[in-house]
Amino acid sequence: MEQPAISEELLQYQKELKGLREILFANIVMAGEIPAPTGGEQMLTRFLSDRFTESGLNDIAFDQAGNIAAVLPGRNPGRNLLLAAHVDKVWNDSDDHTVSVEVGRMGGRGLADNALGVATLATMPIILERLNIKLESNLILLGTTRSFGRGNLGGMRFFLENTDRKFESALCLEGMNLGRLSFSSLGMARGEISIEWSGEGERPDVTTTGVISTMQEVLHELIRLNGDSMPGLKILIGAVNAGSGYNVPPVSGRICFEIRSEEAEAVAAMEQKLFALADRFDQVSKEIVVGVEMIAHRSPGNLGDTHPLVEFARGVLETLDVRPKVEPSISELAALLTHRIPSLTLGLTRGSHRHSPGESIELSPLFSGLAQLLAVLRYMDRTDQKPF
Amino acid sequence: MPNLDQKIERWLGTNTYHHSEFWDLQALVKAKEESGLTISLCIPTLNEAKTIGKEIIVFKSELMDRYPLVDEIAVIDSGSTDDTLAIAKSYGADTYLSADILPRHGSKAGKGENLWKAIYQLKGDIICYVDADIKNIHSKFVSGLVAPLIYRPEIQYVKAFYDRPLAVSGDIRPSGGGRVTEILVRPLFSMFFPELSALMQPLSGEYAVRRETLEQLPFPIGYGVETSHLIDVYQAHGLDAFAQTDLDRRVHRNQSTINLGKMSFGILQSFLNRIKHYDIVEGMPDLPGIFRQLQAEGRRYETLNREIIEEERPPIITLPEYRERHGK
Repeated sequence: MEQPAISEELLQYQKELKGLREILFANIVMAGEIPAPTGGEQMLTRFLSDRFTESGLNDIAFDQAGNIAAVLPGRNPGRNLLLAAHVDKVWNDSDDHTVSVEVGRMGGRGLADNALGVATLATMPIILERLNIKLESNLILLGTTRSFGRGNLGGMRFFLENTDRKFESALCLEGMNLGRLSFSSLGMARGEISIEWSGEGERPDVTTTGVISTMQEVLHELIRLNGDSMPGLKILIGAVNAGSGYNVPPVSGRICFEIRSEEAEAVAAMEQKLFALADRFDQVSKEIVVGVEMIAHRSPGNLGDTHPLVEFARGVLETLDVRPKVEPSISELAALLTHRIPSLTLGLTRGSHRHSPGESIELSPLFSGLAQLLAVLRYMDRTDQKPF
Repeated sequence: MPNLDQKIERWLGTNTYHHSEFWDLQALVKAKEESGLTISLCIPTLNEAKTIGKEIIVFKSELMDRYPLVDEIAVIDSGSTDDTLAIAKSYGADTYLSADILPRHGSKAGKGENLWKAIYQLKGDIICYVDADIKNIHSKFVSGLVAPLIYRPEIQYVKAFYDRPLAVSGDIRPSGGGRVTEILVRPLFSMFFPELSALMQPLSGEYAVRRETLEQLPFPIGYGVETSHLIDVYQAHGLDAFAQTDLDRRVHRNQSTINLGKMSFGILQSFLNRIKHYDIVEGMPDLPGIFRQLQAEGRRYETLNREIIEEERPPIITLPEYRERHGK
């Protein structure tokens, strides 16, 4: 394995990247202020397209899933690297996307997840040009849509299923946190348990609590299953919704959950248990209908912590004096690993309050994050990646 | 008034732009370079820490690094007590305390003071003023204003205008003609300078002006500076010296009605000063500078009196320091 004897290279990158800070920061502001809810990313992908055009890239295209891709041609036309960032944010169009800028810090909804990733993608052609980095490989810059929730990685999966390029390796960009090093994906099944009152006949508890008492029993069972499950398997309960006021018992409710495990079989087995659980509650009475809808699945994948790409990336972080934080991913990386493409997800800077209105990112560590990205990218460019 | 209506209609057709007409920044930069003009961007501030950083980042990136349209970006501050200047400086703006410019002439409180001192301090042939409280900042706020001056040498003064408000939500609203414009300034212009009623948003804080015009203008230092400018430029050059550009939307802080009252009083003072200066109304008396507002507490009513004096700086060309610095 090539050791990252790269401290000088990293220092040089950090220094030169600071000369591009206005362009980068402006791209963060603009990418941050453009709403991009899952399934409604057109304005932000258009922004990326405009930036790629202004950078003089010729091969820029939207695909049927709404992804935007641009090609920075390398010297070897048969070799391809992928640099991807998901474009969608967890926020709605109507949420305030104003970005505030302080000394060394920016705040605003969606900045860390994932306006910073998008801005980095938008700035990458200029970064490579100004730092005089010429790659052997073609670099495909990809902004993907429909990452979150019911989007189910729709953009990345569509791209990988339909591209005619073979990728040597890939990187996914996430705004936070610097040090994040994901090289494996968890098996995951995401779904919703719905509880509806059919309206036929009345049960005494329905008249006072609607479907809430049944929801409470289902939740109790989910928590019990979580406690009884095998090590490494988790059921996350992400949302519980029912009702809309104070004095009308709700007639429908929804529990959003996610099953996670490194073992695909364990996820599938738990999924079956949840279907059985729903069936059991469904048969309690005619008036209360309980069902499960699965909306997303991920297969587990793992590049392995001894893979040369992982070891190199870890070495880069250590050289930058950043403690690597290894964590499995359930985002775009999962789709890449499913396609057997050696891939990593890297974080770009420190941030806080992700997915809350007070989301913010620090600007100073960003230059280390970008230096890391360039070093790993160059490593990917000059080495053939070991299959896994 | 068929001739007046025709003139306004013609002017609206030839001198009203939409920022999208100047989308090609590369072409605009080329035209600027061919014209030999230099452009300074001035952002007057007083406690604008929330928005100033973003403005500097966007303008510097888009209009200096990416497309070199602007030659300098300067923040001229009235003495902020928050981090306005530190933030502006950290993102690369030239920062000045208004009081430090032309110290021999003292320091007065008011935005107009900063605008006036900017003419001395900045170097550009065109000065573009942009307020610091814009939340949805974009390079069009500058390019859309300087473009008519670059492409049309006869234009002296370009004003911004924005979408009219459709709804008010919380403390943020899109700015339109504005309440003070529609209730005070437009009626006054309609009576005394009807051609100026062609300006959609005469009070907007975003405008670009040629130096040779700016240096001839007296500057009220308070609320009346924009109104006074329009009257003076109109009297000197006529309507055809103006252009206006639609910048779509501007999201900023909303002003309370109490503040709008003070603003209107200041504007009215400046307006009447110009009326007197040009001798438009015979025998205009000196008018009091006390603005009287009322407030009620239960069944107790009281007056709130505030002295609002629209002080005025002379045309900067009259200052020897200015003539020396700018070779006039």
